[in-house]
Amino acid sequence: MSALAQSEPAAVEAAWARLAARPEYRMLRAPETGLVMVRGRAGGTGAAFNLGEITVTRCSVELGDGRVGHAYVPGRDPRHAETAAVLDAMLQDPGERPALEATVVEPLIAARLARQHAARARAAATRVEFFTMVRGEE
Amino acid sequence: MRAGLADPVLDSQRIFRAVLEAMSHPGRVVSIGLEGTGLDPLHPATLSICLALVDFETPLWLDAAGRTEEVSAHLRFHCGCPLVDDPARARFAVVAAPAAMPDLDRFDPGTDEYPDRSATVIVQARTLAAGAGRRLTGPGIAADGWLDADGLPARFWEGLRANHGRFPRGVDVLLTAGTSMVALPRATRVEG
Repeated sequence: MSALAQSEPAAVEAAWARLAARPEYRMLRAPETGLVMVRGRAGGTGAAFNLGEITVTRCSVELGDGRVGHAYVPGRDPRHAETAAVLDAMLQDPGERPALEATVVEPLIAARLARQHAARARAAATRVEFFTMVRGEE
Repeated sequence: MRAGLADPVLDSQRIFRAVLEAMSHPGRVVSIGLEGTGLDPLHPATLSICLALVDFETPLWLDAAGRTEEVSAHLRFHCGCPLVDDPARARFAVVAAPAAMPDLDRFDPGTDEYPDRSATVIVQARTLAAGAGRRLTGPGIAADGWLDADGLPARFWEGLRANHGRFPRGVDVLLTAGTSMVALPRATRVEG
């Protein structure tokens, strides 16, 4: 789910378009956008604090065979939430899962990592090292 | 699992408006107007009221007849409400089979300081008709109103009179049948 949620909406849509067979589905809960409070911990271990709110779009669908899929994705793209929910429902079938992992999930994870590395490289290029001169006076 | 309201925003506003009209005019038969939205054994009106008014802050109590696997899953998913076993802890209660219902004083009547923190009890009748039957008087009723509700035990009507006697504490009752509903808030006096 995190691969589906954290990928670019266009990348998820492209993965959806690549599928050999797209199932019939109906909405249990049509895409709707709301706010979710993101909490953090100072240093990863300190007391929890509220970092801020982000917009999240959620959607739930049911496939023809009764499999249910849910998606909560950051942002306000209803199509992204809908596609992620359908893919989540398809991933619930152990038989279908390995093929989907290979064709959809793995490429999305790879694309996300590439995106993160590019962003880090851009930031690293402008990195400034701070240091203090020893002034020599006792 | 079934889908919830077709248009969550407008449908719940429409249902809220209908409940408001019913509550302001006790005894008036108000149509909720959403056909085919029932979920056995809940009538369309009962389910609509739940979908519009019940949320994560309002613990819901279902009677034994109403607490089917399907109904519980449906309401938990679409309302996000906690389901409670103890009627006294519920903000909303649904009675699908009134013959076996607990007495109304089992539900939370609020406190003298905060009588608004009380339960709303939805009771399913067989039929609802105005103009005959029991006489209703009280706020929101011009001269007197008449309500004929079928399928409710005598115990229920006695409980309703006792409920009125506890004013300002007490529960508010919504009777439903099919797609129509009637409100009997605690301020309404029922005779006959």
